[in-house]
Amino acid sequence: MTVANIQVSETPLVLYTLRRADDALILGHRLSEWCGHAPMMEEDMALANMGLDLLGQARELYSYAAKVEGRDNDEDKFAYLRDVRQYRNLLLLEQPNGDFARTMVRQFFYATFADLYWRAMMRSTDATLAAIAAKSEKESAYHVRHTSEWIVRLGDGTEESHARAQSAIDELWAFTGEMFAVDDSERGLIDAGIAIDPATLHPQWLKTVTGVVGEATLALPKNDWMQQGGRSGRHSEHLGHLLGELQSMPRTFPGATW
Amino acid sequence: MVMAVLNDTDLRQRAWEAASQVVDPEIPVLTIADLGVLREVEVHDGRVEVAITPTYSGCPAMNMIALEIELALERAGIAGPTVRTVLSPAWTTDWMSEDGRNKLRAYGIAPPQASNSRRALFGEQQVACPQCGSQNTELLSEFGSTSCKALWRCKACREPFDYFKCH
Repeated sequence: MTVANIQVSETPLVLYTLRRADDALILGHRLSEWCGHAPMMEEDMALANMGLDLLGQARELYSYAAKVEGRDNDEDKFAYLRDVRQYRNLLLLEQPNGDFARTMVRQFFYATFADLYWRAMMRSTDATLAAIAAKSEKESAYHVRHTSEWIVRLGDGTEESHARAQSAIDELWAFTGEMFAVDDSERGLIDAGIAIDPATLHPQWLKTVTGVVGEATLALPKNDWMQQGGRSGRHSEHLGHLLGELQSMPRTFPGATW
Repeated sequence: MVMAVLNDTDLRQRAWEAASQVVDPEIPVLTIADLGVLREVEVHDGRVEVAITPTYSGCPAMNMIALEIELALERAGIAGPTVRTVLSPAWTTDWMSEDGRNKLRAYGIAPPQASNSRRALFGEQQVACPQCGSQNTELLSEFGSTSCKALWRCKACREPFDYFKCH
């Protein structure tokens, strides 16, 4: 990889927007990895569709981040020319697909959060973020419904599907806390009404998740120790491998178009 | 084509007529006006600007639609039109015209229901088969051949069909 990384002026609003854009891109890319591999054709289409929604959200957010930053970065440069330490996505979303249960649990934890988050963000004093939120919440409502139905089907299914779903919950649970964390950079935006405080969504999120998991005859772990780092660029090893694939073409053939 | 100089009102009218004939590349029986994707046409100093709104954030048809609009306007003798994308207010299937719904049904796609039904978690939906009209149908997949559609099957005539999701 010989193409230089871009430099980003991470003002609070640029950083905020990049964090959400990275969330959408990385999870969308993970879902695209299922293309042609899902357990059945309908699910192959469902995963690709959800990935496409997320990719669309990522593009809107990157474009807005570029506009706010006001340098010569654009959506492609943000996606292709930043390395692992410059990515700001949640650790949960870069976790490998694993088996189907693990992919569904990851998607379920995030979709139930994103749905509440974007609905609340429709009240943002930032008109562009409010508009992106209004589109995203409609899409996430479907992601919530789809993944919730799968959690119940897997948990309340066979012994094998139950065990896999429970194992996925146990392994991914420690990454859910980062969704509700706020740092100083974001606190200022919350005070200004540009962002909303995700911590206020936690009770409702927990209620939804507990309800579906209970119906699925599964259980949430007792531990509440939570792993963080993605928002400040400290990632698991998995993200580097993901970016290696995601960025290989533009890094190998800079400026190539088709 | 040599055109008489049009005033802004006539130019806007001509541009709207041309743009509103552009069809959705995925559902060619619907125009972008039927869909509610075509939001407005403005004329500034003799230059035409068309505003469209995406159905879904990731809809890959949007680039194609923008290109088709530019071509349609050029064909109507309007030089150098621009197309911009607006996000707000967010597109909803409630904007789909009645004519559009009928055309969808005739094409074999069940038209969308009112948008408040999308939040029904585990909700029972009743979608009529566009082929035989039976209400005895079942959901095969929440996500269909494009972002905006789900896959259903009619239990009466056994035909699978697309349902245009409410949004």
